[in-house]
Amino acid sequence: MNADFVLFGGLAIVTVLSALGMLFSRNAVYSALYLIFNFSTVAVFYLMLSAPFIALAQITVYAGAIMVLFLFVIMLLGAEQTGRTPPTWWMQPLALTLAAILILEGIYLIFTHRTSFPALQQTLGDFGDPLQIGELMFSNYLLAFEAVALLLLVAVIGAIFLSRGRKFR
Amino acid sequence: MVPIYYYIALSAVLFTLGALGVLIRRNAIIIFMSVELMLNAANLAFVAFARLHGGLSGQIFVFFVMAVAAAEVAVGLALIVKIFETKQSIDIDQMNLMKG
Repeated sequence: MNADFVLFGGLAIVTVLSALGMLFSRNAVYSALYLIFNFSTVAVFYLMLSAPFIALAQITVYAGAIMVLFLFVIMLLGAEQTGRTPPTWWMQPLALTLAAILILEGIYLIFTHRTSFPALQQTLGDFGDPLQIGELMFSNYLLAFEAVALLLLVAVIGAIFLSRGRKFR
Repeated sequence: MVPIYYYIALSAVLFTLGALGVLIRRNAIIIFMSVELMLNAANLAFVAFARLHGGLSGQIFVFFVMAVAAAEVAVGLALIVKIFETKQSIDIDQMNLMKG
C-alpha cells in the first residue's frame, strides 16, 4: 500500500458517495451541487492518469459552464422539488436490484480478468501536455475539430430558436 | 501507480449509478444530470485506456465528447424550459401527449 492507493481509495469513495448524493437528493439544486463535486473529483483522477489538459477542460467545461447552465435553469424554473406523481411501485426496487447486480457483476468481471490488462508503463515526461494534444488535434483530427465547431454553432442557434420570446414568433 | 483496472471498475460503477438515476428519478433535469454522469464515466474509461496504451487519441476523443455534451446540454435545457412553459411541470410522467 503506497500513497497512490490511499489517494485513489479516498477519492473513489468521495466520487461514488457524491454520485449517490446526486441521485437521492430531494432538491434538484443539491443534486447539481453534488454533481459539481463529483466532476471535480473525476478531474483529479484525470490528473493521476497524466491527462492535465483533460482535467482542466473538465473543470472549466463540465464543472464550470455546463453545471452553471443546469443551476440557472433549475432556479429559473423554480423546479427544485421533484414531481408530485408517485412512480409505479415496483419500478424503484427493480431498478435498484438490477443496478446492484450490474455493479457487482462488472466489478467481479474486471477483477477476475485483471491479468489480461497489460502492465502500466512509466510515461514519458511530456505525455498528455497541451502542446502534444494540440499538435495531434490540428493534424490528424482537424476534420473532427471543424465538425465539432459547426455542431456547437448549430446548437447555439437551436437553443436561441427554441427559447425565443413570443414577440418573434 | 494504481493499476488501470481500478479506474475501469470505478468507471463501471459511475456508469451504473447514472443509469440508475435515469430509471428511478422522475425529474427531467435530474435525468439529464444522470446522463452527464454516464458520459463522464465513459470519459474516465477513455482516459484510463489512453494512459494504458500510451496514445493521446483517447484524450482527444474525451475533448470531443465534452464539446458534444456542451451542445447537447444547451439544446436539451432549452427544450426543458419550453416543456415547462407548456405544461408547468418537468415531471416526465406528465409528458404523455404522444401516448397512443
